[in-house]
Amino acid sequence: MMLSGWGRFPVIYAPVVDRPRSEAELTAAQAKGGVIARGNGRAYGDSAVSRRGTIDMRHFNRMISFDAETGILVAESGVMLADVITSFLPRGWFPLVTPGTKFVTLGGMIAADVHGKNHHRDGSMSAALEWVDVMDQSGQVHRASRTQNPELFDWVPGSMGLTGIILRAAIRLQSVETGWIRQTTIPAKNLAEAMEIFETSDDSPYSVAWIDCLKGGANRGRSLVMLGEHASGDMLGAQENDDRYALRPKRKKSVAFDFPGFAMSGPLVKAFNALYYRAGLRKAGDNLVDWDSYFYPLDAILNWNRVYGRRGFLQFQCALPLDASKAGLEALLEAISEAGAGSFLAVLKRFGEQSSKFSFPMLGYTLALDFPATSKNLRLLEQLDRITIAHGGRFYLAKDARMTAQTLIESDPRVARFVAQRQDSGASETFQSSQSERLAI
Amino acid sequence: MSKDSVLILGARSDIGLAVAHKFASLGHPIQLAARNVETLKPNRADITTRYKVDVTLHEFDALQPDSFAGFVDSLPKLPLIAVCAVGFMGEQSQNEQDLAASSLVMRSNYEGPAGILAELANRFETRGSGTLVGISSVAGLRGRATNYVYGSAKAGFTAFLSGLRNRLAKKGVHVVTVLPGFVATQMTENLDLPEWLTAQPMEVAEKIATAVERGKNVIYVRSIWWLIMTIICNIPENIFKRLKL
Ligand SMILES: Cc1cc2nc3c(=O)[nH]c(=O)nc-3n(C[C@H](O)[C@H](O)[C@H](O)COP(=O)(O)OP(=O)(O)OC[C@H]3O[C@@H](n4cnc5c(N)ncnc54)[C@H](O)[C@@H]3O)c2cc1C
Ligand SMILES: NC(=O)c1ccc[n+]([C@@H]2O[C@H](COP(=O)([O-])OP(=O)(O)OC[C@H]3O[C@@H](n4cnc5c(N)ncnc54)[C@H](OP(=O)(O)O)[C@@H]3O)[C@@H](O)[C@H]2O)c1
Repeated sequence: MMLSGWGRFPVIYAPVVDRPRSEAELTAAQAKGGVIARGNGRAYGDSAVSRRGTIDMRHFNRMISFDAETGILVAESGVMLADVITSFLPRGWFPLVTPGTKFVTLGGMIAADVHGKNHHRDGSMSAALEWVDVMDQSGQVHRASRTQNPELFDWVPGSMGLTGIILRAAIRLQSVETGWIRQTTIPAKNLAEAMEIFETSDDSPYSVAWIDCLKGGANRGRSLVMLGEHASGDMLGAQENDDRYALRPKRKKSVAFDFPGFAMSGPLVKAFNALYYRAGLRKAGDNLVDWDSYFYPLDAILNWNRVYGRRGFLQFQCALPLDASKAGLEALLEAISEAGAGSFLAVLKRFGEQSSKFSFPMLGYTLALDFPATSKNLRLLEQLDRITIAHGGRFYLAKDARMTAQTLIESDPRVARFVAQRQDSGASETFQSSQSERLAI
Repeated sequence: MSKDSVLILGARSDIGLAVAHKFASLGHPIQLAARNVETLKPNRADITTRYKVDVTLHEFDALQPDSFAGFVDSLPKLPLIAVCAVGFMGEQSQNEQDLAASSLVMRSNYEGPAGILAELANRFETRGSGTLVGISSVAGLRGRATNYVYGSAKAGFTAFLSGLRNRLAKKGVHVVTVLPGFVATQMTENLDLPEWLTAQPMEVAEKIATAVERGKNVIYVRSIWWLIMTIICNIPENIFKRLKL
């Protein structure tokens, strides 16, 4: 069958897809070699695709236990984050770390060591991880935690499925009083202003900025910075109180067909960005937003990846060290606005400290953008690669679909050790994705 | 306030489990009945963890009619709703040649399910309440060369459910007949099914919960199947017998 990630680029012929239901079936599937685990396919590129054998983990979707004292959930790796929320938000618990979509599996969240809008305070997924059970190439299962197999525990998050198959894990949830978020929107005229807001709002649990990346000159980096915190019960009005955990179903829209290629052309994106900014200005200040609209605005439009048409689209996400962030971001935004290649979703975020051996985040800033997959944009992305490397930054493998092995090595001194670890442990023969082949890791 | 129990017969099936999840999410305690029921322990943990409802496990074999009365007696409580997902497709080519094989298909899809629902029906009738849900199939609407052994057993089951509904209509007991088209489950894992005609198990479960709540009689899962089956059922036999479907 033909497989791809969420960006629908590249599309790869993957004739062998196994859907094991038991550890025995899983062991048999991975014995074929050259395999990679796949969760819900929300990584954008080819991280969860292997030509030799892709192992769909979604049948491992059972929850095992929940401790209401500590908020620790034990569950199989194919459990969907959306299900965690539906089960535990009504009891006052919410994921400690969440990406911008709830349609991801716990295994995928751990393997990519995902970050959320609270990275600057709470860290990445690995910070919410108590332990993880990983099946190695021989079919043996190892439990790894901060005290048991700590080496493995440090390698697994961020390793994109290349250190073994995650079977189950214990993750910590946070307790919340309500399902509402108090959001504060602050407009920033340019990049310097936006960064200033991030630097002075460190105590806001959540923060993220949407950038209008088509603006140049003095307005380069014009953005809306959105801060948020879980609302306490007394912050709710009567209407919200009526639906304390904001669980009432909302209508889903769906993109039923592929948009034609011209739909995402420059002028349209420009118009959208201008409108979005003005709408944001009007909303500036405080308001209450339900958790679903706040964390997962795109989930309300099922299959939104189709607005980019059949050719698919590309994500670019880099992290820059703190001291080089300003210069690096300016250079990236300049290159983008010069190319006139607009992006609907340009997102800027401050990262905090990061541990674990191969995870993407680093103390500094991260910029994420998406573009239609055209040859012009592929060239632009290569230019953005160079700028990132020149500023000491690195790239998010969960978004990557086209980087070269050379670029990865230049961007990340940790690569050599990662490759050595894979070889020494024997994982490299068995676990391979289309991405790991391309990147020679 | 605790709600009434829901019994799932053939609970190791993907559709059966999805139905268990659906009713558990509505707060009902769940009774899971299946062969080798101890293999459902992880599912019991899963359902209790997710929905905080009680889940009990019960050994049940639809091919052992002598055990039915004892089986129902052994339940912690007579359920309010019972859903039968037991079914077995077999291999048509084998069913054509091997009487034992085809008899197993007939017993697994008709005799067994009808027998256990009959037992429950009598108890529900005495109590004067309850809903019985039988998962039959569109395959029972017209026999086709490619799976008529399975189809005929489902046809028998569908007719049985219809009669049972008729009998119990004035006794406070409701009967729902479910006629799924393709569903993506273990049963169909190795078949190449067109996506737009194939429902997910959870879709079937949602439809069943709604049908129980609203007292619907016969339900299709995706409405396109009603159209397809109406056409198939109206093709004159003279033409039909020459078709490859
Ligand atoms: C709309 C949208 C918003 C997003 N926002 C964010 C964000 O804010 N922050 C962020 O960090 N990411 C974000 N992402 C990326 C996404 O969170 C990650 O790609 C995540 O890994 C996807 O999980 P998945 O279950 O779909 O995994 P897949 O995409 O199927 O797989 C991703 C990786 O995980 C590995 N993997 C999956 N399951 C297992 C397993 N059981 N054992 C071992 N390895 C496994 C795969 O091999 C692959 O390398 C976003 C993606 C989308 C589509
Ligand atoms: N999938 C479809 O496309 C489709 C379409 C229309 C109708 N259906 C019907 O939907 C129902 C559920 O099927 P499914 O798709 O979920 O497939 P499934 O997973 O194969 O479920 C069938 C279940 O029936 C159980 N069973 C068979 N014989 C039994 C017996 N003697 N005693 C107890 N249990 C027995 C099986 O249990 P074991 O695990 O012990 O074998 C299995 O769990 C079936 O009635 C099927 O005919 C399915």
